[in-house]
Amino acid sequence: MSEKTALILLGCPQVPVQTSMALYLVHGLSQRGIRPVVAGTMAARKLMEVADPDRHYLGEMVDLDAAIDEITGKVRDFDLCFVFIHNDSGIAYAGTMAYISGARLYTLIFGEHAEDLAGEIEFPCEVIKAKATHNPMPLKRRFDEVMQWAASMR
Amino acid sequence: MGCIDALKPEIILSRTTFKEAREYIRKNIREYHEVEPGYRVFDVHIIGVPPLYIGIEGEDLIFPYTKPCHGTFVVKIPGGAEVARLRARKGK
Repeated sequence: MSEKTALILLGCPQVPVQTSMALYLVHGLSQRGIRPVVAGTMAARKLMEVADPDRHYLGEMVDLDAAIDEITGKVRDFDLCFVFIHNDSGIAYAGTMAYISGARLYTLIFGEHAEDLAGEIEFPCEVIKAKATHNPMPLKRRFDEVMQWAASMR
Repeated sequence: MGCIDALKPEIILSRTTFKEAREYIRKNIREYHEVEPGYRVFDVHIIGVPPLYIGIEGEDLIFPYTKPCHGTFVVKIPGGAEVARLRARKGK
């Protein structure tokens, strides 16, 4: 059986919870035998790399546009896809992933406007939302439930 | 704005939403074509939830360009060969 893979698509890194929750998600997926690939802007990726200098958690990291290029070009795809969302662009990227990828899609919606943004979701996905900006714990609790679903897919 | 900067885009709408960008093109550009999410024009992907449109006005393309931190821009750029490629798409 081939290894399961997950794409973690980072949004703009201006909301603090994103980086720590993304590292937590990378760790959780790895522990469950799912290989995480992180995609994001250079700033979003650098925040991750600086937080994990010895790469204890991080594996492959790719540029956001390069990841979309590969998926639209049918070069690669993933079993799972987690999209971090705290603004309209996040919704736009998640909607794009719902269309171009065959991955099971999870939208992780956080920040001040989490509830309103969740109302904008018009495509098939699992919505995980919490009004978290600085304190990651509300989102972590929701993550933990989802991690069990992800693992059960193996 | 990445490599499309070199094409000196005219910014028509700034820091808007992908839905507002869609509505602007639909309501203000006479000729527009629906494209799928991820459609590549120049060096950028059209990002958002369908329907997504690219407009043609004379020799120019008018399309939404989404940035993760700054929202969606509607930009106008000389279309070159992209105009013919867009018009040639089957069923559009």
